[in-house]
Amino acid sequence: MNSVFVYCEIEEGVVADVSLELLTKGRALASALGVRLEAIVLGSNLGGIEKQLFPYGVDVAWIADDRRLAPYTTLPHAKMLVKLFEAEKPQVALMGATSVGRDLGPRVSSALHSGLTADCTSLEIGDYTDAKTKREYKNLLYQIRPAFGGNIVATIVNPDCRPQMATVREGVMKKEILDPARVGEVKRLNVGEFLDDIDFVVKVIERHVEKSRLNIKGAAIIVSGGYGVGSRENFGLLHELANTLGGEVGASRAAVDAGFAEHARQIGQTGTTVRPKLYIACGISGQIQHTAGMEESSIVIAINTDPTAPINKFADYVITGDLNTVIPKMIQYYKKNSK
Amino acid sequence: MKELKIVVLAKQVPDTRNVGKDAMKADGTVNRAALPAIFNPEDLNALEQALRLKETFKGATVHILTMGPGRAAEIIREAMYRGADGGYLLSDRAFAGSDTLATSYAISRALGNLEYDIILCGRQAIDGDTAQVGPQVAEKLGLPQVTYAEEIRGIENGKITVKRRLERGVEVVECPLPTVVTVNGSAPACRPRNARLVMKYKYARASQEGAGERAELLDQHPYLRLTEWNVNDIRCEATELGLNGSPTKVKTIENVVFQAKESKALTADDAGIDELMKELIANHTIG
Repeated sequence: MNSVFVYCEIEEGVVADVSLELLTKGRALASALGVRLEAIVLGSNLGGIEKQLFPYGVDVAWIADDRRLAPYTTLPHAKMLVKLFEAEKPQVALMGATSVGRDLGPRVSSALHSGLTADCTSLEIGDYTDAKTKREYKNLLYQIRPAFGGNIVATIVNPDCRPQMATVREGVMKKEILDPARVGEVKRLNVGEFLDDIDFVVKVIERHVEKSRLNIKGAAIIVSGGYGVGSRENFGLLHELANTLGGEVGASRAAVDAGFAEHARQIGQTGTTVRPKLYIACGISGQIQHTAGMEESSIVIAINTDPTAPINKFADYVITGDLNTVIPKMIQYYKKNSK
Repeated sequence: MKELKIVVLAKQVPDTRNVGKDAMKADGTVNRAALPAIFNPEDLNALEQALRLKETFKGATVHILTMGPGRAAEIIREAMYRGADGGYLLSDRAFAGSDTLATSYAISRALGNLEYDIILCGRQAIDGDTAQVGPQVAEKLGLPQVTYAEEIRGIENGKITVKRRLERGVEVVECPLPTVVTVNGSAPACRPRNARLVMKYKYARASQEGAGERAELLDQHPYLRLTEWNVNDIRCEATELGLNGSPTKVKTIENVVFQAKESKALTADDAGIDELMKELIANHTIG
């Protein structure tokens, strides 16, 4: 039976979190379909990389180790995937909704004439009946994603074309080791059989990638600001509260678009999905675009001057007032009363 | 170098960033009429990069290609107000219901009618946020692609140098022309309209729009007639267009409704904040 494939990204010899999250979801999908989970790693210096994959339930690890495959460039990675998929005919292919996956996925789907759904927030297996032809399809991949600025959620299927392709953002799925002792099969790909010199016409001539990124996904406490914060300077107050409580600062898309905070802090459908134990939403109205990325927070405090702000529906505590007076009071109380 | 030919792919989109209370109808479908139609923001970033190249390279031309209803000609005019030389409207009922693959097919066929060295477009459109059409057009034309572009550094010996914005840094790549470049929102904003160009082009019309109140101008100034193409003007297979040509199908669409939490309202004064903080410390949420 045709497998579930996951394209894995490598950062400094380590499989990216987003890829491990996809392997976890891929394992669940493969088990539901009764098929194998296969991982693809294209890069360089990949000795032993399969050991990072098998614990997540990978049955087969396809590995191409060639110095020309890192750093990532579109054409060689796309061509290898297209050829491998033509030979192996996976029914499902997943990749991260990252600057790599969102560059690679559409290219591969175009070459294979297969459907690709970007930025899925949920993936399930289910049946589908075509409304016109009445034809029934069993066990399709439901690709569930927000659309139209997050105001609707659409379930997309690819009835006839394979593979059914989807990308998912980092932090949306949970990563979970299936069995630390698990071992699978390694299949090595000979790059020379896939690629020609012409595939390497695009050259990376400079690259500056920061190693440590702010870890908004892992923060237990997030103080998040929206357009209502008003300015980049006012965000300083949020940083002060976050530092006091030992948390991180997040932002809504509107605040990032307005230049109040950097994109790495963006929470929501086009940013990061977070699940902290405490989420303090300051000057955030609560558009679906944003709340979809924080609704699983344990406790939510909303601070907003508008008593009818939609964010209040998600909040355990609603404070109607100006964050510029509320936040200093919170800092003051905490400093006085915490140990 | 021969004169540089630049095509900017642009889309008119509903402004999903400013969704009001009447944006959704009672039946859960989108009330498009309640949303203003705008120039897709990142396509404006792409246009700015194109206009900068036009300034740098003598004789360079910038043309817009957009697919949509007659109304989408608005963004061709908008681009001309900012310095584009002209544009093409690809418009036909046969394109209705296209997913990204069918869209990229139609656009790549329309590009077959044009000469180009660089195809620029926004990274993604705000109505779908997929970022797929740019790379899919590149693949269909057999061109390389540079996505997430923030700045075009230069063009030399038939190669373009582009700075890309990645999640945690930047990358500079060199790519032979012709190529497709998709531009990120972090790139410089588009210049404003030029008053002289607004005067010059404000009566430009695609035929679908009708001639408007100044029909005589269209006869006097042929450049005011915006080129419009339908399926018969591009070499394409009908099976690859619209719903038929779209591998992805929408199974269901649901309006997003959330179960409201039971929330505790607190006052913004000292007593209210003290009560809140006391509770949070007591239940070990903080501290």
